Amino acid sequence: MSNAIHLHYEVSSEDFTRAGEASGSVKKRLKSLGFNGDVIRRVAIAMYEAEINMVIHAEGGYCDVDIYPDRIEVLLADKGPGIPDVDKAMQEGFSTAPDNVRTLGFGAGMGLPNIKKYTDSMRIDTTIGEGTKLYLTVNVPQ
Amino acid sequence: MIVKDIIDILEGDVICEGDLQQEIKTACGSDMMSDVLAFVKDQSVLLTGLVNPQVVRTAEMMDMACIVFVRGKDPDKGIVDLAKSRGITLLKTRYRMFTACGLLYTNGLSGGTKV
Repeated sequence: MSNAIHLHYEVSSEDFTRAGEASGSVKKRLKSLGFNGDVIRRVAIAMYEAEINMVIHAEGGYCDVDIYPDRIEVLLADKGPGIPDVDKAMQEGFSTAPDNVRTLGFGAGMGLPNIKKYTDSMRIDTTIGEGTKLYLTVNVPQ
Repeated sequence: MIVKDIIDILEGDVICEGDLQQEIKTACGSDMMSDVLAFVKDQSVLLTGLVNPQVVRTAEMMDMACIVFVRGKDPDKGIVDLAKSRGITLLKTRYRMFTACGLLYTNGLSGGTKV
């Protein structure tokens, strides 16, 4: 679609404190474009959780955001270890995050369930040893 | 309740100041940021014992106007700068988490979610 706005971000895993910069930047952009608060929050939270996941599990990656008038699509791609059991990873409370992540307020096994909760569609393409692609869509109520 | 009321009730020290007149309708007390992110509430205050930049990022994503660090914890400059750039009020209170939450609750602030 020609009227899409495309945004691209690299997500670095070197500094955990920077995790969330891409989500914050997208949030600001959506706000300036006049999307409603609920839609913006849902995109920001889902993307933020995914960003944290990339930093914890996959040594970073990139995200592509496409903004359409009726929906926002986000792709988060990493070259991490892949997810061995996606169904298990979707269960609330299941986590493979290292203990030090829990001291930072994450790693409670709520990431993917939260992402699913806030998006209208979510798809995970994952290959062990190669990486994971997470496709998210949040619809804009017309 | 407004941010200024929270400062008064918790006898809080303001670390950085956003809009103190901003209305606050609900509160959330947690050290686990994913639990905070699980419940979208409008115009909320976050009480936490966790002190790192992700607390501010979480508040930013949730449109929270105010973060309260319990047990008198001091955030470092990086955290304060991040909050300033986002217009979020940071304060610390000597009260522990349970007491701080209880004080706000008894003064009329709710959790904002149905059980």
